[in-house]
Amino acid sequence: MTDHILPGSRRPGVEETPFEAEAHGPEGIYPPTEEMLREPVDPDVAKAQEARLRKAWKTPTGWRYWSAVNNSEVGVWYSMTAFVFMLLAGILALAVRVQLAVPDNDFLSADRFNQFFTMHGSAMMFLFAVPMFEAISILILPAFLGARDMPFPRLSAYGYWCFLIGGVFVMGSILFGVAPDAGWFMYPPLATQHSGMGSDIWLLGLSFIEVASIAAAVELIVGVLKCRPPGMRVNIMPLYAWYVLVVGGMILFAFPPLIAGDFLFELERSFDWPFFDPTRGGDPMLWQHLFWIFGHPEVYIIFLPSIAIAAMVVPTAAQRPIVGYSWIVLSAVGTGFLSFGLWVHHMFTTGLPTISLGFFSAASEAVVIPTGVQLFAFAATLMVGKVRMSLPMLWISGALAIFVAGGLTGVMVAIAPFDWQVHDTYFIVAHLHYTLFGGMVFPVIGGVYYFYPFIRKKKLSDRMGRWAFWLIFAGFNLTFLPMHLTGLKGMPRRVFTYPGDIGWDWLNLVSSVGAFVIAAGFAIFAWDLVRPKGRQADPARNPWGAGTLEWSHEIPEEFWGVRSIPHITSRYPLWDQPDLVARMDAGRFYLPDAEEGRRETMITSVIDATPMQVLRVTGPAWVTIWAAIFTGGAFIFPTFHWYPPAIICGGLAIACVIYWLWTSTAEIPEKEKKDAGLGLKLPIYVSGPKAAGWWGVWITMLGDSTAFASLVFGVFFYWTARPDFPPEGTDHAAWALSLLALALLVGSWAATFGARYLNGRSHWRTVMTSLVAAPLLAAAGCAALIFAVRVPDLQPTTHVYPAVLWALTIWTVVHVGAGIIMQLYCLAALLAGKITPRHDAPLWNITLYWHFICLTVIVTVAVTAGLPRLL
Amino acid sequence: MTTRRRRAIAVRAGLAAALTALAACDGPQSVLSPAGDDASQLTTLFWVMLVGAVVLWTAMNGFFFWITRIRTGEMSRKWAEALIIGGGILFPVVVLTALLSYGLTIMPDQRAPGDGLRVRITGEQWWWRVEYWSEGADAPVVSANELRLPAGLRSDIELTAARVIHSFWVPALGGKMDMFPGRVTETSLAPHTPGTYRGQCAEFCGLSHALMAFRAVVLPEDEFDAWLAREAEDSAAPPGPGRDVFMAEGCGACHTVRGTEAAGQVGPDLTHVGSRQSLAAGILPMTSDALVDWIADPEAFKPGVEMPGYDHLPQEDMMALARWLEGLK
Repeated sequence: MTDHILPGSRRPGVEETPFEAEAHGPEGIYPPTEEMLREPVDPDVAKAQEARLRKAWKTPTGWRYWSAVNNSEVGVWYSMTAFVFMLLAGILALAVRVQLAVPDNDFLSADRFNQFFTMHGSAMMFLFAVPMFEAISILILPAFLGARDMPFPRLSAYGYWCFLIGGVFVMGSILFGVAPDAGWFMYPPLATQHSGMGSDIWLLGLSFIEVASIAAAVELIVGVLKCRPPGMRVNIMPLYAWYVLVVGGMILFAFPPLIAGDFLFELERSFDWPFFDPTRGGDPMLWQHLFWIFGHPEVYIIFLPSIAIAAMVVPTAAQRPIVGYSWIVLSAVGTGFLSFGLWVHHMFTTGLPTISLGFFSAASEAVVIPTGVQLFAFAATLMVGKVRMSLPMLWISGALAIFVAGGLTGVMVAIAPFDWQVHDTYFIVAHLHYTLFGGMVFPVIGGVYYFYPFIRKKKLSDRMGRWAFWLIFAGFNLTFLPMHLTGLKGMPRRVFTYPGDIGWDWLNLVSSVGAFVIAAGFAIFAWDLVRPKGRQADPARNPWGAGTLEWSHEIPEEFWGVRSIPHITSRYPLWDQPDLVARMDAGRFYLPDAEEGRRETMITSVIDATPMQVLRVTGPAWVTIWAAIFTGGAFIFPTFHWYPPAIICGGLAIACVIYWLWTSTAEIPEKEKKDAGLGLKLPIYVSGPKAAGWWGVWITMLGDSTAFASLVFGVFFYWTARPDFPPEGTDHAAWALSLLALALLVGSWAATFGARYLNGRSHWRTVMTSLVAAPLLAAAGCAALIFAVRVPDLQPTTHVYPAVLWALTIWTVVHVGAGIIMQLYCLAALLAGKITPRHDAPLWNITLYWHFICLTVIVTVAVTAGLPRLL
Repeated sequence: MTTRRRRAIAVRAGLAAALTALAACDGPQSVLSPAGDDASQLTTLFWVMLVGAVVLWTAMNGFFFWITRIRTGEMSRKWAEALIIGGGILFPVVVLTALLSYGLTIMPDQRAPGDGLRVRITGEQWWWRVEYWSEGADAPVVSANELRLPAGLRSDIELTAARVIHSFWVPALGGKMDMFPGRVTETSLAPHTPGTYRGQCAEFCGLSHALMAFRAVVLPEDEFDAWLAREAEDSAAPPGPGRDVFMAEGCGACHTVRGTEAAGQVGPDLTHVGSRQSLAAGILPMTSDALVDWIADPEAFKPGVEMPGYDHLPQEDMMALARWLEGLK
């Protein structure tokens, strides 16, 4: 390995302008040489470092414990909350099974039954499966990457509190008998016409949680891209990180169409805008498309993280590196892509043309290939290794048995004509539970047994684990295997009762008995998880003999995560890099100290993971909880049609977020660079594409633009599907006002961009003038945009066409509104000296946001004022 | 549970038993005992796929068991890598291509145009409006909650819905098709074996989705023609106390009985209600006892139903009404 010196140390900004980041880049030696690593650390120095690190990373105690934001705390709360929601949703399923145990039963009324099955599905999907992935990832991802924390700890905490509040609200509705009852897919017109508040609870409560899910996805993606340890190039990062990247990306593109759908749906429910009402030009099929464009990737969003757990357990069981690493990565990415092209297989019975059905049948079958590659790569790894069958592997084997069965019935139902028979029957109920238990529940429980010694520094009971496995495995098959036959005998899904003597009675009874066997298994597992383990001996530090970094964490636990951030040269550093753990413990590697008492982790480059920055991450805070409470209010009050408190809460939530950003982000450090250890000096402040925050904005806006694109898709959907869109002789948005809005808003974008560009190149007064002009132009642009649809008197309740124009306008105005707040934030920061010619991260971030807004405005004006006149 | 509901359940059980006798041992609503060309084709497809799935499941899990429990030692890396390509890519490509060529090519048969008869069915909450359009007819024969089809012929089925989405499905005859408000979807069915089968709504449609069923009666062609001719005629609707109660209570505001002044369009057409095999969209038998119970308290049988209860009627009026309705053949 040849040493090379980082560019920053050799030519300090000669060719560059003085304020390009290059001058403020890393300096010193990288990568470290073997001699440097061999050099011992003075034990006294190490002790002092440890004391400082421990103080900086100390978790608050007493009631302040709940202000913690560290990933090890938030991750545990998050996963336990998701687990509790799973148990509650499981209890609903038990009640459903009791009702269906015998024909003509009246244990549950029709109304209650419909609430229960709706909430069972919704909670399992939105309150368990996706949050559980994010929770586990927040908990263990930094350890895989040798990082001290996630890049935005307060964002994880905010996401968690949103999830908790939203989940309790949605689940709690069942106690008052007003829970959603139109199925987890909420098809209009049934759900739009529904008189109670159940549909609103579903739409607003779950949208709130989806926003939190997207926030977590952004954080996880940035974590994988920017928080890897030095040397961990993308092609040697743990497979789990790859899966997080793929799944995070899928959440980013899959959830927004649903949020767009929720937006239209709630506008119809609250204000009678007829998006899904066929009598006024709307179309219920649009919801089905938007829902399943979300809903199908959702299945893989649930499945891939569990495969990721298997990808960590299997090499350990085989004591060999994974075989076919690149094949697995390609397949994971391939599955992610394909999953967006399959949604129509949920709509095979809606009367779409045969040619579309054929296409989507074939696309659905194609997923077998990447899925098969992943499973066979695991088998190949087990072949070349010496297999040690441990309890986690038992769960993985059970997962395989169940998942393969679910996959094979999936191959069957992907054939469109066969689906015409079994669609919406118990055959599908069986199929989906086989894929979800095999593809999620079993691997996750296997993962809990595998990672528990890392998470809690204690082992779970082997004996209880085996009992739980066999009860859940047997109970599962007893419940769901007969359901295939129940479905073939014609029993539709979502029926609260059925007559005896048409051949469904004994099958249902068997399924109901099986459900209680599963419940017994879960009771044992839950007890094993929470039982006090204080007197139990500590496990070995790396109890399974694994090769990845998370097993380098100390026992007993230290909250700093890793004592020093290692330089990584292998996929299995604990197997391949001798002395790695000893040197990490000694503080030989990077960031072994917290001289200034701050929490710090390392930011590296996206592909090669060369060191770029010492990132100061945020510590405990209450503001995240307040922000979550007010965000919750903004979503929850509208379910009761109490708009003033909702608006107040929205304002307070924004205030909290501004306070949080102002007080803890883009701080100007006391010094330019910091000694990161091993002769490397790294900048503390970076901006633009080098900064984690800029990546966060970029990734968030990709998701946001996907939601906007879904609305535009809606416009074109109406255009092609409805002959009366736009209706004969209708008014369009006023073109002169629309063009004026376009000019003003593009002007605002230019002023924002100009402020960023001129900062440091020109006098600060020029920058300030730009930043004063930008929000004024934006506000005037918003007004023009609104008047463009207001002046022609387009009434959104009369027909879907004016409703669509209004919806696009509102979407754009709200986004511009957020853009104005950002411009004012930067103006204030400039005046307060938080932005200087050298320190310009907020300007970079808002300019990036405005790039997206500029595009949104252009598309909105084109679709509302331009296209309808041309076509 | 009310006694009325208990009684209804008892009669319903009796009805179901009778149905079971009519259909094969698999039950009257089974995919596995097909009575139509479409369903037969799909059942064959199912058995073929099932055999394939069982073989593949056993092979895959057997192999996994072998490498993790029996031959746990190290094996050749070359074979392991070949497994990824062979098992993950080549094998599925071959098998899936074959399956898709077989499975998708039967689609055109399943949606083939019919031989003349068109049946237009509208999904209501929670019953079925059925209209028969013979070839060349300029007005339909209107009926409800029972579908009759000629054996040996393919009939077009035109589907729509009143307020919410439903799905039309008779498993013994063929696959399902959704019914949308404001949109017409089409399918066709070609029954081959006369008999009585059960159909049921397959798309969740609200409170009493579970209670939206119907009978599909397949008749030999000549019997079907004779039946349709009778169905097209007005009801005999004999005068008497039953008819008087029907008219006095305003039943005609919602129900049509052709041949009388009752011409309501809200509820099912009752012109020949007595000739149907079931009551209240396939959930009760067509007997005067069941009619009495239903009319007195429909909510007890079908939560959320729009029809009001008439339990204020004196017993004798109720019996007269029920007997009159039962006599509408």
